[in-house]
Amino acid sequence: MPTNGSKKAHIVVEDLTMAFGDFVLQRDLNFTIYTGDVFVIMGGSGCGKSTLLKHLIGLNNPAKGSIFFNGVDYWRAEPWQRDEITRGFGVLYQSGALWSSMTLAENIALPLEEYTDLSPQDIGEIASLKLALVGLKGFEDYYPAQISGGMMKRAGLARAMAMDPEILFFDEPSAGLDPISSRLLDDLIIQIRDSLGTTIVVVTHELASIYSIGNNSVFLDGTAKTMIASGDPKLLMKECTNPVVHSFLTRGGEFNEKTFESNMC
Amino acid sequence: MQVNESILSFVRPDKVTLLIVLQGKWRAGEKLPPVAEVFRQIEQAPATKNVAFECSGLAGWSSVLITFLINIIDYGQQRDVSVDREGLPPGVQGLLKLAYAVPERAGARREKVRTPILEQIGQEVYDFWQGTQEVFAFIGEATVAFGRLLRGQARFRRRDLFVAIQECGIQALPIVSLISLLVGLILAFVGSIQLSMFGAQIYIANLVGIGVFREMGAIMTGVIMAGRTGAAFAAQLGTMQTNEEIDALKTMGIPPMEFLVLPRMIALAVMMPLLCLYADFMGVLGGLIVGVTVLDLNFMAYYNQTTDAIRLNDMWVGLFMSAVFGILIAVTGCLRGLQCERSASAVGKATTSAVVTGIVSIVIATAIITVLCNILGI
Repeated sequence: MPTNGSKKAHIVVEDLTMAFGDFVLQRDLNFTIYTGDVFVIMGGSGCGKSTLLKHLIGLNNPAKGSIFFNGVDYWRAEPWQRDEITRGFGVLYQSGALWSSMTLAENIALPLEEYTDLSPQDIGEIASLKLALVGLKGFEDYYPAQISGGMMKRAGLARAMAMDPEILFFDEPSAGLDPISSRLLDDLIIQIRDSLGTTIVVVTHELASIYSIGNNSVFLDGTAKTMIASGDPKLLMKECTNPVVHSFLTRGGEFNEKTFESNMC
Repeated sequence: MQVNESILSFVRPDKVTLLIVLQGKWRAGEKLPPVAEVFRQIEQAPATKNVAFECSGLAGWSSVLITFLINIIDYGQQRDVSVDREGLPPGVQGLLKLAYAVPERAGARREKVRTPILEQIGQEVYDFWQGTQEVFAFIGEATVAFGRLLRGQARFRRRDLFVAIQECGIQALPIVSLISLLVGLILAFVGSIQLSMFGAQIYIANLVGIGVFREMGAIMTGVIMAGRTGAAFAAQLGTMQTNEEIDALKTMGIPPMEFLVLPRMIALAVMMPLLCLYADFMGVLGGLIVGVTVLDLNFMAYYNQTTDAIRLNDMWVGLFMSAVFGILIAVTGCLRGLQCERSASAVGKATTSAVVTGIVSIVIATAIITVLCNILGI
């Protein structure tokens, strides 16, 4: 298992090719996500970021290549092994994907009822705790249709965290949020990582968020149909010579190190 | 020492302090000690003013530990006991800080109130009245839209009309064939048992012919179309409502009543009589099959008996009813779809309600038309 200093590899992607039938979306993807990383999948619209996420969470089958979780090849594992790995995932979908016929507390309680033998009271307490963690204390009995989009996203995060997952996946966490809410969500992601040691994988093209939370990344290019850069996004901006990556990370030259630093303070 | 179960023990370093020692794994799935033990310890020594934690033996934790601690912290706040979080692992401290970071929004929590029975009844009646008003408003708007259509001012795409006609016409043929053929068969079988007692098997042709042409053809087509097309309309418009597509139409100045409801209503009102006529013939064919194969009737005799029995008026009544049913199904389907709220479960409710309202209104309309025909002597 590859290690990077004291870091342990959590997810390893090897020679991954993603395709819909004959249409190849991305080929030859190779990267490693370490435990406790905030890993950013970035790239222009339509280059296959969300599809890569779907491959990582086991919704789409790779056309070629392997994805290892803690050394276990997900797509070649036994069904029970795969179930066990999947249970360690928490996923925040783009618009929350809360089940509309259930209250927020019931949304969070569902996986707990299915997979643990906790008493209903304990499950209720955990659901309240998760809602408190995302700043929605007291909203237990609300239905998803009764709260705002930003709150739905946070409730979706609470549900993703229900089972204390080892890996949290985020699909465009800041899409549709105002800058402040988006910043708060970023802070929340970091606090969760620091407290629980969760590995975090984020699909985003929000530059501010990429720089403030990401410590490792992969850049997918739609025309080259493969990854053209990887590593810490802050270093990529300074050092990457590829014009596509550079233009993306500087917003076509408008965004530079100075604006980045003044943003940070 | 590493322990595998979760162990809770207490130490009292001085009179006012309770030191809670947490050992082992505090995860879901382990047998966790109840938090009430901590409360008992505090109650037993009323002098307790501080609670602290000792976690060097803690081998693992998850959310269950956090909820355990939150219970202690909330209890401490009520009893004026200060809870010192210093001894907890840094991750636990971080999460606790996060959990208390955003205070509960005032008024967010809802009290469950029990409404008195009279109020519930009143609310139901009020809702029913509200619903009835909405139905009439919808019918009114549809009539206005129809008026605009007659003046050539209605805005909808001709292609939508043809798609709707295809969906509720040709594509419904297989199921209509099957059901009406079977209804004809069933009518003939049920009738044959009674009529053969009198040796009057030939009157099966009258029974099936009149029954199917006058009532059953139209009713069965109506029920099939309510389940098939009415539900589809409600689900389609309901999903459009959920996706804000209907709002998008409104803001472009295109009335959904003309653009969405009108083509569907015209398609059903035109196609229903055609389907009904087709169903009538299939029903008679079903009766004929039973008559010729089971009852040994002569094919020509059955045919002549049928043509003698059915008057043209029987067919007109059936066709008129089916046109009415078509409008009713389109109205209920589109109405429920447009009334839909913005969620997946609301779309389900809208679809159910469209089918139920559709079938109920078909039956009521049949009753009214039958009584009217009786009075008018048609």
